[in-house]
Amino acid sequence: MSIVIRDLHKAFDGKVVLDGFEVEARDGETLVILGGSGSGKSVTLKHVVGLLTPDKGQVEVDGEVVSDLRREELFVLRRKVGYVFQFAALFDSMSLADNVAMGLRRQSDMDRKEIEERVEECLRLVDLDGFGPRAPSELSGGQRKRAGIARAIATRPQYLLYDEPTTGLDPVTRAMIDQLILRMSSELGVTGIVITHDIDSAFRVADRFAMLHEGRCRFQGTPEEIRETDDPVVRGFIEGRPELLENAS
Amino acid sequence: MTRILSQPFISMGRGATLLAAGIGRWGMLTAETVRALRHVDVWLRLLVPQMARVGVDSVPIALFIALFTGIVLSLQASYTFTGAIPLYFVGVLVGKTMMLELGPVLTGLALSGRVGANIAAELGTMRVTEQIDALETLAYPPVAYLVVPRVLASIIMFPIVTALAIAVGIAAGWITAIQLLDMSTAEFVNGLTLFFLPFDVTYALIKATSFGFMVATIGCFFGFHTRGGAEGVGHSTTRAVVVSSMVILVLDAFWAVTLL
Repeated sequence: MSIVIRDLHKAFDGKVVLDGFEVEARDGETLVILGGSGSGKSVTLKHVVGLLTPDKGQVEVDGEVVSDLRREELFVLRRKVGYVFQFAALFDSMSLADNVAMGLRRQSDMDRKEIEERVEECLRLVDLDGFGPRAPSELSGGQRKRAGIARAIATRPQYLLYDEPTTGLDPVTRAMIDQLILRMSSELGVTGIVITHDIDSAFRVADRFAMLHEGRCRFQGTPEEIRETDDPVVRGFIEGRPELLENAS
Repeated sequence: MTRILSQPFISMGRGATLLAAGIGRWGMLTAETVRALRHVDVWLRLLVPQMARVGVDSVPIALFIALFTGIVLSLQASYTFTGAIPLYFVGVLVGKTMMLELGPVLTGLALSGRVGANIAAELGTMRVTEQIDALETLAYPPVAYLVVPRVLASIIMFPIVTALAIAVGIAAGWITAIQLLDMSTAEFVNGLTLFFLPFDVTYALIKATSFGFMVATIGCFFGFHTRGGAEGVGHSTTRAVVVSSMVILVLDAFWAVTLL
């Protein structure tokens, strides 16, 4: 029960984004992938659910190579994976409750009443109970992020992928989202991959870290190991010291 | 010197390549739309709301255009025919022109602006805000969820709206004839039925169906392939309207050559 990324390569219009990235998210842990803006973190995450196809290398989810799956098999795999988008990607033509129910209507045999109960449960879990009838446009940035998490967890996935879950939020809302990620791990037992460049948030939620730099994995280790590392690139990033990064390159 | 002379040919070559690539990608999306028809559970419940948006919501603009087209046709026919051709030919001209040409084409052009632009803008916004990716992650085939209901709704509703527009255009021509041209209803109806063939209606509906298919697939194509943010959505919307308007005129000529 793990997500394994092996020798992942991806380029867009000749610009190399991933150049042999490798990392593994183990069963039950929350792996935080750090990296600067444009370093390929979101691109990596999209390979995990087959939204992008690698130029070379592969992503394995529960031992299945994602890029080898046929379309129908890919839909089966996606039922195991919840994806929290950077800007929530809520469907603005429907209410919040319908957004959360979307996956359930497609992926489960639940009847209408069971779906309504699950939607309420998920909204309660992200502290949005009573918000079901609202339109996404009526929600604040933090509420939208939490709604995105509610939609991702509605089908009880084994894996949760978070794309910049705290970017652009105020400190209090960031802390709330972090607590939510921890609860998903402790209460629902999901394996999580969080991609972020928010260091405070990363240290709050991470069981393990990986750092993506120039398309490759620059560092992998525990929070203690990343604090003690001598790698100037990693130190420069987590301490916010560009001079270390410049000296290293 | 050679470079300057060859530049137009290079530009034309590039343009032709881009056009061929675009047609190829549109063809692939269309083929995928046909394959996605098997996901009936995904698109069926979305079909009626789309039919309302494509058809019912388009009726006012289509009828508005048809109304004034009928009035003008009647007056221009009278202006052209007076003193040379019996006035009941006003009925011939209004009926034939509304059915064979102006009804389907003007409705098609109006709906390419309303429906095609709406589809391209909506899908384009969904693309740039990752809503289409979100559909994928929730195990919905995006083409079955977004494209199929819009294309089917357009194929069904374009002929219905066109038929209404033709009826209103002819009625407007008739009222104009009896109110402003000193014609009787009998004269107008005599002209209307003089050269009428049932095929005229079939021809109009074939054209309208093909226009509906093209406007919807072109709108979906540009929406699906939107890149960037608001600017990208704007580009896609403009292109969808321009290309579908041009395609309507080309198809109009194609049907005239092949069916008349």
